[in-house]
Amino acid sequence: MIASLAPRAFSVFERNVFVYRRQWLIIVTGFFEPLFFLLGIGYGVGGVIGTIPYGGADVPYAAFVAPALLASAAMNGAIFDSTFNIFYKLKYGKVYDAILSTPVGVGDLAVGELLWSNLRGVIYATAFLIVMLALGLVASPLALLTPLAVIFIGFSFGAAGFAITTHMRSWKDFDFLFIILTPLFLFSATFYPVEIYPGALRWIVELSPLTRGTHLVRSLCFGDLNWLMLVDIAYLSAISFIGYRHAVRRLGVLLLK
Amino acid sequence: MGMTNSAAEPTALIRARGLTKVFGARTAVAGIDFEVRDGEFFGFLGPNGAGKTTTMRMIAGVSPRTSGTLEIFGKDPDLHGSEIRGQIGVVHQQETLDMELSVRENLLVFGRFFGMDRASIATRADELLELFQLGDRAKDQVEPLSGGMKRRLSIARSLIASPRILMLDEPTTGLDPQARHLLWDALQRLKRGGTTIVLTTHYMDEAEQLCDRLVVMDQAKIVAEGSPRQLIVEHASREVLELRFPNGTESIDTKVLEGIGDRYERLAERVIVGCENGEAAHARALEHGLDPESWLVRRSSLEDVFLRLTGRTLDE
Repeated sequence: MIASLAPRAFSVFERNVFVYRRQWLIIVTGFFEPLFFLLGIGYGVGGVIGTIPYGGADVPYAAFVAPALLASAAMNGAIFDSTFNIFYKLKYGKVYDAILSTPVGVGDLAVGELLWSNLRGVIYATAFLIVMLALGLVASPLALLTPLAVIFIGFSFGAAGFAITTHMRSWKDFDFLFIILTPLFLFSATFYPVEIYPGALRWIVELSPLTRGTHLVRSLCFGDLNWLMLVDIAYLSAISFIGYRHAVRRLGVLLLK
Repeated sequence: MGMTNSAAEPTALIRARGLTKVFGARTAVAGIDFEVRDGEFFGFLGPNGAGKTTTMRMIAGVSPRTSGTLEIFGKDPDLHGSEIRGQIGVVHQQETLDMELSVRENLLVFGRFFGMDRASIATRADELLELFQLGDRAKDQVEPLSGGMKRRLSIARSLIASPRILMLDEPTTGLDPQARHLLWDALQRLKRGGTTIVLTTHYMDEAEQLCDRLVVMDQAKIVAEGSPRQLIVEHASREVLELRFPNGTESIDTKVLEGIGDRYERLAERVIVGCENGEAAHARALEHGLDPESWLVRRSSLEDVFLRLTGRTLDE
C-alpha cells in the first residue's frame, strides 16, 4: 500500500531492508532488553510486592509493568534507528548525498527512514506481546491491537529522534540522548501508576510521550477503553508531525545548500 | 515552452544565464552563462574553489540558485528537481557509495530510487557490472575495492536509469594513471552511445582528451569558452618553451624575456615562453645570454591557456 502511495519514500525503506537482511541479528538484540526488565523487575520486584492497584482492582505487578515495557521497546526500536543509524548515514556514510541526487527528495527520505525506524519498533513490540501472551500477562483480547498502537509511539520517537539528530555535531553529543532517555524510561509511569507523583510533578510526567504511549498500550492490555486514549493518539501524532517537519527542514539546510 | 531551435543548432539540454550562487559573504558562482548541447562532452575546467562543483550541484537540483536563470531539459531545477534528477546521473567528487551494501546491491537499491521495476533493474545492473568490469566483484562489499573500481562502480550506479545527462565531478582525482585511462575509455564509449556528459576537472590533459567543448572557470567566473583546440589557438601559441631556473627567475631582465617569443609568463623557478617554434626560441634565449639549468619544448596545452588567462598555474 505504502509502496504505491509513496514509491520514493518506500525505496528509502527498501534500502534499509537490503542492509538488515545481513544484519538481522542486530535487530534481535534489541528485543532482549525489555525481556530482562520484565524478568528482573516484573517478576523479581513483583515477587516481593505481589499486586498493585490498577483500574479499581489489584493486578499482578508483572502484568502491570509488561505493557509499559512493550511501549518502551517500541520507543527504543524507533529512537535507536532514527538517531545512531541516521547520524551515520547523514554525516559519515554520505548515503543521503547519493540518495538526493536521484528523484528522491528530502520529504521522501524522511518518510522512508521513519517507516523503517517504526518497523523496528513494531517488531520489538510484537515479539514482546508474544512473550506476554505466553506468560499469561494479557488480560484482554484488545491487547492484540498493541502492535498497531505502537505505530504512534514509533512515529513520535522516530521523528523526534530524527529531528534531534540533525543537530548533532559528533558522536559525543549522543551522551545527551541518554540523559533524556533514561529518566524518560524510568519515570514515565513505567513501574508505578502516574498518580503517585505529587501535584505539578505529576502533570510534567503526564506530558512525557512515553507516559502517553504507556497509557495507550496499558489500556489495551487491560481491555480498558477510555477517552484519554484519543488524547494519547493526538499528542503522539502532534509530536510526530512537528518532529518530521523539523527534520525535513534541517535536511534541507544540511544537504541542499 | 514554445522555444524553437534552428535546424542547424543542436538542442541545448542545459542553459544558464547569469547563474549566481552566494553563500553568506562568499560568491561561489558569479553570473555565468553557458549551454550544454545534446550529445556533447562538456567540461568545466578550473582550479579548486573556482565554482565548478557549486555549478554542478545547481544543475543537479540539489542547490537552489541565488539568481539568474537555469533550465535543464527546458525546466527549472528549483521547481522540477525530482523530474530532472530522474534523467540525470550524478557521480560525486567524494565517494558516496553505500558501504552497508554489496557492489550489486548498490545498483539494485539505486534503481529503486529512480522508480524502476525490480526485473529491469536486475538486467540493467548485470549489464553495467559487465560493462565496467565489476562482474566478478558483484557480491563483494564495497569497502575493499580499489579506488579505480569504486569510481567505476559510482559511474555504473549513476547510469542505472539510463540518464540523458551524466554529470561527473572530478572523476579521476586520486586515481593512478592506469585507472584514469580505463575511466577515460569508458566515458568515451558512453559518449559514442549518445549520452551527454558534463564533467569538472582541474586536469588540463583530461579536459583536452575528453571534452568537445569546455568553459574555463576562475574565481567564480567563466574566463574562456570553446573547444580545447580553439582555446589553445586563441589563448596560447603553437609551441611552448619551458626554461628552468632553480635559483629563481626574479633577476632575469624583462627585455630579454620579451625578445625570446610571442609572450612569456615568469613563474618562481620557471619561465614559460609561448612561441611558433620552440627550438628557435631556445636558440634566441641562449643568444641573449640566458643559462637555464634545463629546458624543454612541447605543444601548447590547456595548462598554457589557463596560465595565459589568469596569470597562475592550475596547482597554485
